[in-house]
Amino acid sequence: MSTPVATRPFAVAGVARAARVRRYGLWLAAAVVLLLLPQSVRTGTAIAVMNQMGIAVIFALSFNMLLGQGGMLSFGHAVYFGLGGFIAAHVLNMAGRGAIYLPVPLLPLVGGLGGLAFAALFGSFSTRRAGTVFSMISLGVAELMAASSLIFDKFFGGEEGITTNRSKAPLLLGLEFTRDRQVYYLIAFWLFVATLAMYAFSRTPVGRMANAVRDNPERAEFVGYSQHRVRFVSFCAAGFFAGIAGGLFAVNYEILTAENMGLNASGAVLLMAYIGGIGAFVGPILGAVVFTFLQSMLSDYTGMWLLYLGILFLATVLFVPMGLAGLLMLHAPVWRARRVGRLLGPYVLTGALGFVAAVGIIGLLEMVHFVAAGRTGTRRLFWLVVAPRTLMPWLGFAALVVAGAVGVRWTGPRAVAAFAEASRPGRP
Amino acid sequence: MTPAIELSDVRKSFGATPIIRGVSLAIEAGTRQALIGPNGAGKSTLFNLITGKYPVTSGRIRVKGAAVTDLAPYEINRRGLARSFQVTNIFTRMSVFENIRCAVLWSAGYRYSFWHRISAARAVNERAETVLEQLNLTARRDVPAGVLSYAEQRALEIGITIAGGADVILLDEPTAGMSRSETEHVVGLIRQITAGKTLLMVEHDMSVVFDLADRIAVLVYGEVIAHDTPERIRANAAVQEAYLGVPQGGVA
Repeated sequence: MSTPVATRPFAVAGVARAARVRRYGLWLAAAVVLLLLPQSVRTGTAIAVMNQMGIAVIFALSFNMLLGQGGMLSFGHAVYFGLGGFIAAHVLNMAGRGAIYLPVPLLPLVGGLGGLAFAALFGSFSTRRAGTVFSMISLGVAELMAASSLIFDKFFGGEEGITTNRSKAPLLLGLEFTRDRQVYYLIAFWLFVATLAMYAFSRTPVGRMANAVRDNPERAEFVGYSQHRVRFVSFCAAGFFAGIAGGLFAVNYEILTAENMGLNASGAVLLMAYIGGIGAFVGPILGAVVFTFLQSMLSDYTGMWLLYLGILFLATVLFVPMGLAGLLMLHAPVWRARRVGRLLGPYVLTGALGFVAAVGIIGLLEMVHFVAAGRTGTRRLFWLVVAPRTLMPWLGFAALVVAGAVGVRWTGPRAVAAFAEASRPGRP
Repeated sequence: MTPAIELSDVRKSFGATPIIRGVSLAIEAGTRQALIGPNGAGKSTLFNLITGKYPVTSGRIRVKGAAVTDLAPYEINRRGLARSFQVTNIFTRMSVFENIRCAVLWSAGYRYSFWHRISAARAVNERAETVLEQLNLTARRDVPAGVLSYAEQRALEIGITIAGGADVILLDEPTAGMSRSETEHVVGLIRQITAGKTLLMVEHDMSVVFDLADRIAVLVYGEVIAHDTPERIRANAAVQEAYLGVPQGGVA
């Protein structure tokens, strides 16, 4: 990344070195964290969640190649994830039978090539148009695949899906993948490589033209680029990386069903990218981690976890459309000016009141769920044992909602004002 | 010598309404020419036909001798013809520098490359910096293009047009909505960047037209009624009538 010296007269060696450290240091730190992470946890569940996160991060980043960088809102991105996964699963079975030689570590690449092939096929016509037309075609392709999964049940395995066995494939360098922890390192490796590759893609000529076509497809045509072709290249790349994620899924879970390429899966990746923030490269990473974490945590505690994730998504769209990453980047000037301390008070206060309101809302929803399910007696909610068929808990949780909401209405604007004050440039 | 742009009996109708009614026009290479005419004469439509934004209803268009009649805008652009727009048409969320750089990429041969690092594309980056300097936008290099002032956006609009090094340049009302001093700056800029190239521009400011143009084409109701030197256009009775309704002592 050599910036011509003549154009940056103030760039001196020290600044250049600092920039290089920042650039490579971050990747190095990420690699170290990925390597050490399994050492910090003891339970197999935590490893399983991290494996799920790694796959989700690759998938969400590939989705954002379409939405954030290319301006294409796809409702069917899981198609390429799923097809990549199915192809990888079949290839793994063939390798297990000895029909072909393919060790497990290379399997994600097979998934990627599968995703790429189908992205090239469907993308050839779906990327002709942007906007609503593109979105509708993506939905149509997703429906098409859902129907195909019933028709081609030899390939998709019908209701049971396709099962596979990673321990039967030939070994590469003696690497075994029998335990989750071993699979973790495989996922971590591909996560690192794929993330680096997707980041690099955004800094290539066609990656930049993807941004240009997103902003103004007409003008891109008048500087020599076919908008269709630019979108097509992005679409193929996104399909490739989604396929890699699908291939890792096949290795990790050793089963794929039609659900993995269905509309729910496509919706989930949209939620991840949006919650994390589609305007920044790291957004989908944050979103995938948070989403997967909540998903695995919440599903242990409540049958309504999807509802809560939906509420989180709505709240993001309504109040923080730039997502978590956007929210963090908004605070970069405050951080640089060393004024974060001033925000702590108002933020903690608003956060605490928001938490009170959230507890109230969750309490009410859970009790509705309890009663609607026709159950009687008591259940645990947070630190309490409540009897949803009595009046008191309803009043109690309602009081929390009111108190929290009134409080946030009062402190929220103060927190916003404190932020505006702290991010004002210049000395205090 | 082959004309830079050559139109032969070009016609364009929207539905049953004819907008361009048989235009034949040759723009000599290396000249600066202006296309003038009253509102609704079809000047922007003619630009849109030449640059491939609209398909012609009938007729033929050649750029530097090659037929471009049914080509897409990007194919025509690759033959060395670039245009600006009457309504600013930039990449709003990208930085000013990125706007210019995107306009350089194709002509520098990078095509749809995903195997080059854009930051290592030295010639592209240097060209983009040079164009920024010409536009006086170096100080605004890293600002999102959408937050530039109107005059700065108009300058960027021209910058995107010329950055790829096209030798046939079409500018659609480059000075529209500008103050006198801004106009003077833009006229100087146009003169500088079109030296040795072919320029065809739509312009309403007659002082700009007579200042820059070697020849002027007058379009009225979809027909070219005159195509001549500025002096002879000024004296042309038909032009005066088209502009002012009655023959008078000179255009604007």
